[in-house]
Amino acid sequence: MRALPVWPLVAVCLSCASRSQVTAPEAPAPFDEARAVHVLQRLAYGPSASDLSEMKRLGVEGWVDAQLEPASGDALPPGLSAKLQAFPTLGLSMAQLVEDYPRPPPEMPREEKRERGPARVVFERSSARVLRAVESPRQLEEVLVDFWFNHFNVSEDKGAVKWLATSYERDAIRPHVFGTFRELLGATAHHPAMLFYLDNWRSTREGLSQEELRHPRRFRRQAAMMEDAEEEEEAKPKLGLNENYARELLELHTLGVDGGYTQDDVREVARCFTGWSIRQPRKDPGFIFRKVAHDAGSKVVLGQVIPAGGGEKDGERVLDLLASHPATARHVARKLAQRFVADEPPPELVERVAKVFLDTKGDLRAVYRALFQSPEFQSPQARAAKVKTPFEYVVSALRATNAQVEVTPRLLRHLALMGEPLYRAPAPTGFPEVAEPWVNSGALVARLNFGLDLVGGRLPGARVSLDAFAPKQAPSAVEWVDGLGQALLGAKPSEATRATILAALAEKREAASAVDEAPPVDVPLIAGLLLGSPEFQKQ
Amino acid sequence: MTTRLSRRQLLQALGMTGAGLVLAPSFLSRAWAASPGDAPTRRALVTVFLRGGADGLSLVPPVEDDAYQRARPTLALKFEGEHAALKLTGPFGLHPSLGALMPLWSEGKLAVLPGVGLPVTPRSHFDAQDFMESGTPGRKATVDGWLNRALLDAKDDAPLRAVALQPTLPRALYGNAGALAMGRLEDFRLRTGRQHGDARQGFSALYSCAVDQALKGAGADAFEAMSKLDGARLAKLPVSPGVTYPGTPLSRRLQDIARLIKGDVGLEVAATEMGGWDTHVAQGVTQGAFARRCEELGNALAAFAADLGPKLDTVTVLVMTEFGRTVKENGNQGTDHGVGGVMFALGGGVKGGVHGRFESLTVDRLQDGRDVPSWTDVRAPLSEALRACRPGVALAKVFPGYREDSALGMFT
Repeated sequence: MRALPVWPLVAVCLSCASRSQVTAPEAPAPFDEARAVHVLQRLAYGPSASDLSEMKRLGVEGWVDAQLEPASGDALPPGLSAKLQAFPTLGLSMAQLVEDYPRPPPEMPREEKRERGPARVVFERSSARVLRAVESPRQLEEVLVDFWFNHFNVSEDKGAVKWLATSYERDAIRPHVFGTFRELLGATAHHPAMLFYLDNWRSTREGLSQEELRHPRRFRRQAAMMEDAEEEEEAKPKLGLNENYARELLELHTLGVDGGYTQDDVREVARCFTGWSIRQPRKDPGFIFRKVAHDAGSKVVLGQVIPAGGGEKDGERVLDLLASHPATARHVARKLAQRFVADEPPPELVERVAKVFLDTKGDLRAVYRALFQSPEFQSPQARAAKVKTPFEYVVSALRATNAQVEVTPRLLRHLALMGEPLYRAPAPTGFPEVAEPWVNSGALVARLNFGLDLVGGRLPGARVSLDAFAPKQAPSAVEWVDGLGQALLGAKPSEATRATILAALAEKREAASAVDEAPPVDVPLIAGLLLGSPEFQKQ
Repeated sequence: MTTRLSRRQLLQALGMTGAGLVLAPSFLSRAWAASPGDAPTRRALVTVFLRGGADGLSLVPPVEDDAYQRARPTLALKFEGEHAALKLTGPFGLHPSLGALMPLWSEGKLAVLPGVGLPVTPRSHFDAQDFMESGTPGRKATVDGWLNRALLDAKDDAPLRAVALQPTLPRALYGNAGALAMGRLEDFRLRTGRQHGDARQGFSALYSCAVDQALKGAGADAFEAMSKLDGARLAKLPVSPGVTYPGTPLSRRLQDIARLIKGDVGLEVAATEMGGWDTHVAQGVTQGAFARRCEELGNALAAFAADLGPKLDTVTVLVMTEFGRTVKENGNQGTDHGVGGVMFALGGGVKGGVHGRFESLTVDRLQDGRDVPSWTDVRAPLSEALRACRPGVALAKVFPGYREDSALGMFT
């Protein structure tokens, strides 16, 4: 994406005055709808009628505060709760999921597989993600769950992860998105989904022999490590050090690729995490520390000595070290700024947010606040500067049209066609935060089709009533375009957009006028064009 | 290969589909710039990526190598008798489930390269695929892919020059040369029912004045591509008489690629993929998971070749994977992640036969005592293939930092 050259100026002009100016206006200012929409585009999945009116009630600042401090006991709205409760797998433990939804025998009929096999776990997990994003009033939490899941990505395409990812999101990600970075890091490091996805569960000290691992009396529990070869991906482990987790921990989760670590650091970190394992991924998927597999020697990580004999604590010390490292602060600040502000965030913004990260020992709420209150975020330059990801596009379209949603496999397939199959990001990097990979003509056609299907009543599971958007009785074409434009785009459509849609309507009418005198306005065409328009792809 | 639409055809296409005058200027200038005959012997390059690390030693088993037979007591293919490997040359056989490829072999249109792989040794699928597809082994920071960079030297940017027949764009096609991904050709249209014309025209007008340049470009390409596909009714183009595609996922994708080629839409590279090659457990020999994959692969490629008929000479197909698998079978009648694997090439420009270096699989010759090494750097056959398909391609930009040692001779 292009850098926005105005930013340095804006930042300089506003930075000195930012605190008083941005956070606490003296008298209640008149409601700034454009700003409200901007905040909803980034801190929520786009404006919905109900969130916009809630924002009017609380004021923009009040709404942001409420989003940052959701009361823990706050129940979800009854409608959403009921929908989520219809999915039994969401609340089950990993052990129960593995037990209750085993891999079906190949001869099982497809319907039954969908009902009783892991396909159900997979479907309900994705459905819940969509439903929550569309309907939850705790919008920022949903945005952050998406962000952090993606940051600490695991993919259900990898073997046992399909049974583990529900708990990963529910237990390791969601409870910590308003906590500290260290909590989040620790929760993901311990979770079987991550241990499995990046192979740490079978990383052992060099020189460990099969006999030692198998020893029936001394290491009875460790024997499990050898007993999980039900599936292709889980062959008998080659004993020895596996650096996958260590590498991605440094490169993706914490320091960043330019974070100043070496291949030796990767290796030393991997040694620290030897023994962090899973009891049995497909039978008893819980964390276990396998002492026999742990490398008890001393290690040196980023120049710090980790003395011999630390056992399970070695890993914790590494996480402490990484979570408080300036490179981590910068890496996380930059990624958050990419998500919330712009694909190429101004370096000064990243530095400021990174400083808050370090000063507050990684208090994520403080970090978010610094970002949201920054002049760069508030600047008009930031508005509509980002291209929506497919998930953001789909969810924002469902919200803007006030669709009644029951998630179906078809709806989820739309996301895959746009390039974002939920829970299946193909690499540990997760789905991209920036626009470029999302903007290609194939994905664009998929987006246009989603919009057309949605408003044309051809998307099973999403009902839209466009009549409800009628600006008045029997509106004219112009009134429909303006009214729907405001409702769906959150702002008046640009002159060019307006003229183009009117032209498309006129041509259609011309063609029809030979037969019929006053054909009705083609409202689905207007809505389809608006949802597919370049404006609606931006946020 | 790159037959281009004449100006008159373009105007017809515009008129027929009502694609909108706003598109016309860039559309026409492309055709103007592309005079016929500027690319004498170009071929379309089609890549099939076998995801999971296909076991080269079972695809093209060195059946007459004793060390191979010893290393794989239950998984080795036999060199004679029932279910034996199909005889190629030297110690090599072809997996019997790839039998559909034997006619191509006999005609000298199938080349085999064993012991090919990355010069670095990532053991993980994602790292290995990443390096294979970025074309910069060992360098994680590369953002674009080798196939995309190979397109950057040509000015022509026909919207269907680079197509991935899979739902998402593969890493190899990331980059600045416009490439698009579609699950099936059929998916690449607007689903508007009777509003078809209005919606497409409306969208193309909206995107032609988009403020965001990336969106504007993607839009222009999308509508131009739709016009072309639609105009030629490509998605329904029948197969050549007497040819039947087996209907497997890979065969459907190759069938769509054949349609693009037969439709002369300016296809320069196409990519598709096939999964299921990560055979750690119960790999099987002539029955089972691996054999079934081979059958799908062989039958799909054979149908593709037959469907193209004489046009196969204008196409080069590469079949590649991220790594081979361990020489020794593991305790689960499977094999684990290795290093050197196998590449196939078939079609035009291919010199049939087994190419490259290969040695007996005694432990002392193996990498770390366990793996077929990358005797041939994967960039060697890819460079040669590109030179055969795109004469004059700037290889130094496609594979920065890579220096070819000596000619492989896999392509003419």
